[in-house]
Amino acid sequence: MTEVLVVVDHVDGAVAKPTLELLTLARRIGEPSAIYFGGGDVPAVLAEYGAEKIYQLDDAVYADYLVGPKAEAIAKIVADSSPAAVLIPSSAEGKEIAARVALKSESGLITDAVDVTAEGGTTQSVFAGNFTVQSSVTKGAPVITVKPNSTTPEATAGAGTVEAVTVDISDAAKGAKITASNAKEASGRPELTEAAIVVAGGRGTGGDFSEVEAFADTLGAAVGASRAAVDSGWYPHSFQIGQTGKTVSPQLYVANGISGAIQHRAGMQTSKTIIAVNKDDEAPIFELVDFGVVGDLKTVLPQATEEIKKRKG
Amino acid sequence: MTKIVVAVKYVPDATANRSFSSDNTVDRAGVDGLLSELDEYAVEQALQIVEAGEGEVTVLTVGPDDAADAIRKALQMGADSGVHVKDDAIHGSDAFATSLVLAEAIKKLDYDLLVFGMTSTDGGMGVVPTLVAERLGIPAVTYASEVTVDGDTVKIRRDGDTAAQTIEASGKVLVSVTDQTGEARYPSFKGIMAAKKKDVQEWTLSDLGVDAASVGLDNAWTKVESFEPRPARTAGEIVTDEGDGGTKLAEFLASKKFV
Repeated sequence: MTEVLVVVDHVDGAVAKPTLELLTLARRIGEPSAIYFGGGDVPAVLAEYGAEKIYQLDDAVYADYLVGPKAEAIAKIVADSSPAAVLIPSSAEGKEIAARVALKSESGLITDAVDVTAEGGTTQSVFAGNFTVQSSVTKGAPVITVKPNSTTPEATAGAGTVEAVTVDISDAAKGAKITASNAKEASGRPELTEAAIVVAGGRGTGGDFSEVEAFADTLGAAVGASRAAVDSGWYPHSFQIGQTGKTVSPQLYVANGISGAIQHRAGMQTSKTIIAVNKDDEAPIFELVDFGVVGDLKTVLPQATEEIKKRKG
Repeated sequence: MTKIVVAVKYVPDATANRSFSSDNTVDRAGVDGLLSELDEYAVEQALQIVEAGEGEVTVLTVGPDDAADAIRKALQMGADSGVHVKDDAIHGSDAFATSLVLAEAIKKLDYDLLVFGMTSTDGGMGVVPTLVAERLGIPAVTYASEVTVDGDTVKIRRDGDTAAQTIEASGKVLVSVTDQTGEARYPSFKGIMAAKKKDVQEWTLSDLGVDAASVGLDNAWTKVESFEPRPARTAGEIVTDEGDGGTKLAEFLASKKFV
């Protein structure tokens, strides 16, 4: 069977859930081979989710510079292994790596896929989620970046044979040097783009996210914010949902004090179930909802939080 | 004297009803277009860099006739001159072909620094900056939320999901900026008048020495097979809070097994 390369996203060996989704999708096309940048023992979870082969690249150069070295190394593996496809997580870094690998390998590129077929065709959601598009690659092995939550990860044992790979990285790939990196404090909540439930706050919070956060925590949800809330300095930019922030597609999305401008819709419109709480009964967000409450989030959310706690006992 | 080239894109208005043409490309005729909002931040950063020292800003676009509007807006904001690459053969180009045309146009311009927006508001791939840098063989420092230029060194701050990073590059550098770099200025009346006298060159593929067989819809490495509008959401239940809105919300969540 032909190899399908999956680029692993991890922090210090902790593999992110979207990587497991990619390994699952890769099995539709061929035999998954993981590409792991990092030293030490390769995480067992890669073989547990079907990786037959694991290419391990252990060199400080990959962490010291932006995408250049990683792209060069992956292109080398593509050239040597002639894979059926290359799957990469759809992050800012993932997309840049994918683009450079595709150009070096003279292969077509598809970004932000939400589904992948056995033939390497894809489904994407475009124009603020207003259209669904089917695309395919016409040249080379498809290089595809896939969004989180595109499938449910399924465990299946793979051989997980580790193959150490060393690549001589060119000076040209070492142009953008990372001179400092300060890890962000973990919120203790699920990662925004991977969460099953997202609770977001906007202008209607008036700058106080405490009701939104308390409600989110009773549901085990991630917290997001609208651009208006981020621009006002009420919540960090990394939690922004919308065109210039994150796109989320959870099972449940709860918009609180968010009017629902097109820029915001672009980031959440494909959520399965949508709920809104807003004082303004004419807010466009109500056009999208499965359930809406016209009211002040400052009273509605605490009451809902109490009621949920009661029901949980 | 810093010579900056800012690449901008003319896009369909994101607030209008965007759709596709019969050849599965983005419909650029049926909807009003404008300078991509995210490219305004790139123009703004370029202007701030030259205002802090000495230099000039050239704005570059690849697109149909109407794309001249995007250049005009950037000139009104304060850019010095424009280059518009247009050629019927470019229609339907993918990101690779677009990056090829941009890179060849940039090679013809004298530059020290390239400034791009982080992504377009239509295609939204966010890969053209990195592809142009790859083709030119220069470093790319991307997704900057803050840009500092010191001599020929560019330093950016990037606010990633797991870390805030400082990234540096020297020599000829490409930088892409996010909307966090700071609000873009509105054109002043003086700026609008001055823009009318600014030079805009029009180049074709043959001016750039680009073979028409390497661009356009027929030569794209990907193909949109089909598109369909997302089914309209069925109208949901909306209640007005009369003291029990929160309870009703919890009841709805329980009925859908979220609690």
